[in-house]
Amino acid sequence: MSATLTAAPPPATRLEHALEIRGLFKEYTAGKPVLKGIDLAVAAEGITAIIGPSGTGKSTLLRCINRLVEPTRGEIRLRGTELTGLRGRDLRLARRRIGMVFQEYNLVERLTVMENVLSGRLGYVPFWRAWLRKYPEADIQRAFMLLDAVGLPEHATRRADALSGGQRQRVGIARALMQRPEILLADEPTSSLDPRTAVEVLELLAKLTAAENVPVIINIHNVDLAKRYARRIVGMAGGSVIFDGPPEALQTHHLQAIYGGEDWL
Amino acid sequence: MNSMTSPSFGDPMAPLRREWTRHTPGQRLSRFAVWLVCVAAIVWAVRSIDIIPEFLADAPEQMADLLIRMWPPNVAHYYPEVHNALIETLHIATLGTLFCFILAVPLALMAARNICPIKPLNVVAQFSLVASRSVNSLVWALLFVAIFGPGAAAGVFAIAFRSVGFVGKLLSEALEETNHGPREALRAAGASWGAEMLKGVWPQVQPAFWGIALFRWDINVRESAVLGLVGAGGIGLVLDDAINFFQWDRVSTVLLAILAVVLVAEIIVTRLRSRLL
Repeated sequence: MSATLTAAPPPATRLEHALEIRGLFKEYTAGKPVLKGIDLAVAAEGITAIIGPSGTGKSTLLRCINRLVEPTRGEIRLRGTELTGLRGRDLRLARRRIGMVFQEYNLVERLTVMENVLSGRLGYVPFWRAWLRKYPEADIQRAFMLLDAVGLPEHATRRADALSGGQRQRVGIARALMQRPEILLADEPTSSLDPRTAVEVLELLAKLTAAENVPVIINIHNVDLAKRYARRIVGMAGGSVIFDGPPEALQTHHLQAIYGGEDWL
Repeated sequence: MNSMTSPSFGDPMAPLRREWTRHTPGQRLSRFAVWLVCVAAIVWAVRSIDIIPEFLADAPEQMADLLIRMWPPNVAHYYPEVHNALIETLHIATLGTLFCFILAVPLALMAARNICPIKPLNVVAQFSLVASRSVNSLVWALLFVAIFGPGAAAGVFAIAFRSVGFVGKLLSEALEETNHGPREALRAAGASWGAEMLKGVWPQVQPAFWGIALFRWDINVRESAVLGLVGAGGIGLVLDDAINFFQWDRVSTVLLAILAVVLVAEIIVTRLRSRLL
């Protein structure tokens, strides 16, 4: 499936893309691919939403990009840097260019909000600074700025486990932006939140990433929210991309093809 | 559905009367077998242990005699001999606990399967931890008395090597119970392995770590009190001497001193532990 698409595109189009994925396969058990030859080029700005049923490999796709999951084969380029095959220090240097927001927030519960935000700099600061909590002044100022931006300025010294779900995800966003990422991956960032908080958090994510010029790839179950915030929708089913286009182009029959059945529509 | 079409003979309500029993007949049989084995084991043990009836009958009288000889405790004996030995015992417990952690932390990291993905290392670490626990502290003390000669050094090492298994096992279990999410987030941010451990894992195991440390220190205070019996320093030495010379009033002084220290240690540890979480 990917064989015909692995040829390199003209250089002009390549520069426009923040991220290019070609012929990406992932098999957790040999012979049973979860991702079956994904080809995806993500523009340098705006939100790209990936929709699709549970278990179709959306999460695996995002985790292949920052190599939390090891791709079986294929190419992933972040502004020209080939990410597959990176090891050790090179991999860490590449990872710090990619921010990530998680469904379960993945904050360190027993640390303060401030330290959680600052931990986004762990790829940059030397170990002894992290150990002695002597983060550079510029990082601390940026952390305060981001806490203001996500609306939690007075929570800096509270422990993360004292926050509500929506507040935690705001901290998660601040932590990811702390990296000054070139791209942000969001894996179901609103699935654990109530509908209103989900909208507020997505609104914030869209606003802040637009302000910092960071393109976003977001896995999301809520099709309406995807249409509202994304400028591009990617529909996945069975480990392949079966729809790719602007939100307006997403029709009922596409949703049927992505999720199967029709009774739920 | 089929039963509706074919006429059933006898009681037509029979399919509706369902019975519930907690155990299947097979389970009942095996439970009975377990009881039988337990009773047989007790009977066998009592018959083979060779209790001499005269000694058993004599015991209350002997015990009363001992208590009378112990009372009143020879308090004058406390300072300086018992006091100094007591302090040495506390030093042995504290230093032994410290040394034990130097050995136990690396072993716990190696034994935790979510920290160290290399299977053979897990097995080696877990085996060392079990080996440490399988040897009693008195036996460790005998070994280290042979190596270092009699004295507190042997006691410290005996305590350390005995505690490694306990502390290492509890620590590796705490490590394995940590939430993977925060580590994943820090790794995604480009954190090195060390930074991931420091900021993602350590905060999660910190309460368990201090809890285990205090708990083990508490146990070690009690264990180090008997190490002197085999010559590894501390108050056990004084106790041994007093028993050998039949100075029962001194024995009671020592026992009371140990009781007081253990009580105080217990109170301190309970107070500190309640503040940890």
